[in-house]
Amino acid sequence: MAAVEKDLMTQEIEINMGPQHPSTHGVYRALLTLDGEKVVKVENIIGYLHRGIEKLAEDRTYTQFIPYTDRLDYLAGMLNNLGYVQTVEKLMGVEVPERAEYLRIIMAELSRIASHLIMIASMALDLSGWTAWFPPFRERERILDLFEMTCGSRLTVSYMRIGGVAADIPPAFLPNLEAFLNDLPQMIDEVNGLITGNEIFQARCRGVGKIDLETALAYGITGPNLRACGLPFDLRKARPYGIYDRFEFDIPVLNNGDSYDRFVIRLLEIEQSARIIRQAMAGLPDGPVMAKVPRVIKPPKGEVYHQIEGAKGILGYYLVSDGGNKPYRLHIHSPSFVNLGALPKISEGGNIQDFVVNIASIDIVLGEVDR
Amino acid sequence: MNKLIEELKGLFPGVQGEEGIDMPTLVVPADQLLALMEELKQRRGFNFLSDLTAVDFKAEDRIEMVYHLLAVPGGEALRVKVNLSRHEAEVPSLTSLWPAADVQEREAYDLMGVVFKGHPNLKRILCPDDFEGHPLRKDFKLNSGKEGGE
Repeated sequence: MAAVEKDLMTQEIEINMGPQHPSTHGVYRALLTLDGEKVVKVENIIGYLHRGIEKLAEDRTYTQFIPYTDRLDYLAGMLNNLGYVQTVEKLMGVEVPERAEYLRIIMAELSRIASHLIMIASMALDLSGWTAWFPPFRERERILDLFEMTCGSRLTVSYMRIGGVAADIPPAFLPNLEAFLNDLPQMIDEVNGLITGNEIFQARCRGVGKIDLETALAYGITGPNLRACGLPFDLRKARPYGIYDRFEFDIPVLNNGDSYDRFVIRLLEIEQSARIIRQAMAGLPDGPVMAKVPRVIKPPKGEVYHQIEGAKGILGYYLVSDGGNKPYRLHIHSPSFVNLGALPKISEGGNIQDFVVNIASIDIVLGEVDR
Repeated sequence: MNKLIEELKGLFPGVQGEEGIDMPTLVVPADQLLALMEELKQRRGFNFLSDLTAVDFKAEDRIEMVYHLLAVPGGEALRVKVNLSRHEAEVPSLTSLWPAADVQEREAYDLMGVVFKGHPNLKRILCPDDFEGHPLRKDFKLNSGKEGGE
């Protein structure tokens, strides 16, 4: 038998893989080197969506740049807004009104839930779970409805302002939010019934794309993907920003560091976000939603690096001001870019069909990879 | 944190330190960068490379490499800077300490033209391979690219 195998001519082949994941159509491909079904090497080919946003920032005023942040992680626009305006506020020393701080928390956590729901739905879809696509998307629509009634926009919200938020919430907002939160546990049950507990789904995901904690840290993996490797590290607790230190919530953590845990952890995080939102609703004070800030924003000369816990990991803005009305330099550290950089490490040695699972499980968005 | 800066100044003679408005900042000569980073990672708890980028100070004829480190899970943050000449922007690669530096250094190379010595695969990452120039440099002209150029 061994002699026969020796006579077979084998060679590695390269194939272009993707787009598979819904957020990678046309903007990402992986060049896989295969030995039979085994993935030997992965090369990420990116840059198709590179719009030079950091360069554009140097030619826009501080306020004009806010809409560009939406277009990074367009599945969690509120979080990108928040990170950016807080960076400018930090450099200027702006005090944000209490009501605006609470509204920011509500919007940011809703955005996190919306982003996680997409990940959950699309990971199921990538494994051909068509039915399982619907419950998360149905609930996400309700979040987008809440955004729309507040700021007129669903995805690219541009809701945050330097010094507060663009508008107060309309009267229908809180009752609708309450109803959404009340229905959320039922959706989570539905997802658990359809996906998490599904034997085929488990067989495809458990033990697939494993990465241990030390390697994950060395590769710069953050967010839910890191917490699925056993480390409860969350900037909302480790370096609290805004008013996160006022809320009670847990940091879910799982220990296997595989695709299955990266999926489940997002369901657990949705529950915690809902917990934060309920507390913010209960504590929401009256008052203005904008601080008195100058019409032309001119932060003092200097530099600041501000990081927030985005939906996909640590989102950082490094801002250098020369005292003028435009950023001298704005660098955006996006979690998807670094998490994608670790995808080869996660996937090499696995099977080709596992690559589909792995890319879905790390949850990237290319707007943020390319910037 | 002041204590840390003083200790590091003792260990690395070329290092300058200051309290920034958001986090302490160290300025280090390029040839001491690797040793300093190793010290920070292995013995000072700054085990996480949380960002790496470059800033072009054209008027001062220099490019500044900026590194942000984080202590996980403690949460302390630290900034490390290296001043480079705009004409010979070259700095040791940190990929041996943190594989996370791989894609970020390629980005800084692509967009700012900084060369990372020892990087295993230093090629463009966001721009096409045949792109000319480094777009985030302050003197980059939009029409110097291949398309639409005169």
